[in-house]
Amino acid sequence: MDIEAKVKQIVMDKLGVEEAQIVPEANFIEDLRADSLDTVELVMAFEDEFGLTIPDEDQDKLRTVGQAIDYLKGKLG
Amino acid sequence: MGNYFAKFSAFGSFAPKKILTNQDLEKMVDTSDEWIRTRTGMVERHIASAEEAASDLAYQAAVSAIESSKVKYKEIDLIIVATISGDHAFPSTACIIQKKLGLKNIPAFDVSAGCTGFIYACDIARQYIENGAARHILVAGVEVLTKITNWNDRNTCVLFGDASGACVMSRAEPSDISRIIDSKIDADGSQGEYLVQAAGGSRLPASHETVDANQHTVYMEGNRIFKNAVKSMYASSDELLRRNNLSALDIDWVIPHQANLRIIEALADKMKVPINKVIVNIHKYGNTSSATVPLAIDEAIRAKKIRRGDILLLTSFGAGLTWGSILARY
Ligand SMILES: CC(C)(COP(=O)(O)OP(=O)(O)OC[C@H]1O[C@@H](n2cnc3c(N)ncnc32)[C@H](O)[C@@H]1OP(=O)(O)O)[C@@H](O)C(=O)NCCC(=O)NCCS
Repeated sequence: MDIEAKVKQIVMDKLGVEEAQIVPEANFIEDLRADSLDTVELVMAFEDEFGLTIPDEDQDKLRTVGQAIDYLKGKLG
Repeated sequence: MGNYFAKFSAFGSFAPKKILTNQDLEKMVDTSDEWIRTRTGMVERHIASAEEAASDLAYQAAVSAIESSKVKYKEIDLIIVATISGDHAFPSTACIIQKKLGLKNIPAFDVSAGCTGFIYACDIARQYIENGAARHILVAGVEVLTKITNWNDRNTCVLFGDASGACVMSRAEPSDISRIIDSKIDADGSQGEYLVQAAGGSRLPASHETVDANQHTVYMEGNRIFKNAVKSMYASSDELLRRNNLSALDIDWVIPHQANLRIIEALADKMKVPINKVIVNIHKYGNTSSATVPLAIDEAIRAKKIRRGDILLLTSFGAGLTWGSILARY
């Protein structure tokens, strides 16, 4: 599975949203109804799935689905 | 590895009568039942009265633990109390409990490791038993954090409650199935600033200014700690399992620190332990710091969930920062 598909799967599982809602510009908090702890939990799930560490100061760089995919591609690519 | 094995003989616990609900808190600060439930899983917590101090709570829990064990009071040869909200800076709360129990000629001391205090105290007690220096140890975790809470700060005041939990740890007989299998404690002082009671010690002695600035109350940057809590409890639990050739499937019960249901769920998820194998009572007590783990175990034993022979994994995380885990067959 590629990064994009894995990210979508994690977002679906963690936030309980439909696949159709997971578009690149979807903001986790504003559009996908994540709360402040969900965003931390998402980051932890990305860390586990992709075997990397995302420092606290980078948390803000992952506000949307697209930003998360780009960030992870950058780190893994 | 010492000469003997240690075991948990019995547990006891005590929480003050008065209950503070989320609805009560709605009247005190700008918060909501919904926010508190969804972010923390807490519904109500017990609050000590003006007359109740740490040693009063811990004494009740200690008596309950000793009475539930087969150990006689005079057989206790050491008292260790984990607390960061003891009766006084000194003497130690352990010495006050020794006096209340009428015990003489035994050592007694406190351990300061925030919410990990009970795990630290048990790890220490285990060393005494395993090397033969003690036979029966009273270990208590007690906290009255509501006395050092800033009741105007919604970030912290909704989170804490008061309680005590205690155990008698004893030398295991060769015929016993019960024993402490392993334990591990850890710290990272470089992150201590996220969770502090700033004033009242020698860094910032009590003054009018420190009182006015609310520096005698709990300060916590919760969002900086959340991820760390999950990761460090996972890391120490995982290491204990691995170095004892066990897997998550071997555990009957995980008893985690009750700081936040979301932390507990994330930990269970990461450990691949089904949530029905995790003891949770945060909805009734909130975060009672060093008391959460022994309180949860005691309740689960009395509810006949935890039984003799069950494999238990205790894990906690707190100020320091500190964390640690214990693997035991009850
Ligand atoms: C404390 C904790 C529940 C806070 O949750 P959080 O999502 O991280 O909360 P944040 O501090 O990021 O705040 C998010 C928002 O909720 C608000 N908020 C905080 N407490 C609130 C309350 N009681 N009611 C309503 N809103 C509250 C904040 O003001 C903030 O609002 P803003 O976005 O408008 O600024 C959580 O961080 C936690 O459990 N941390 C770990 C605690 C721990 O393990 N401690 C160690 C052991 S004692």
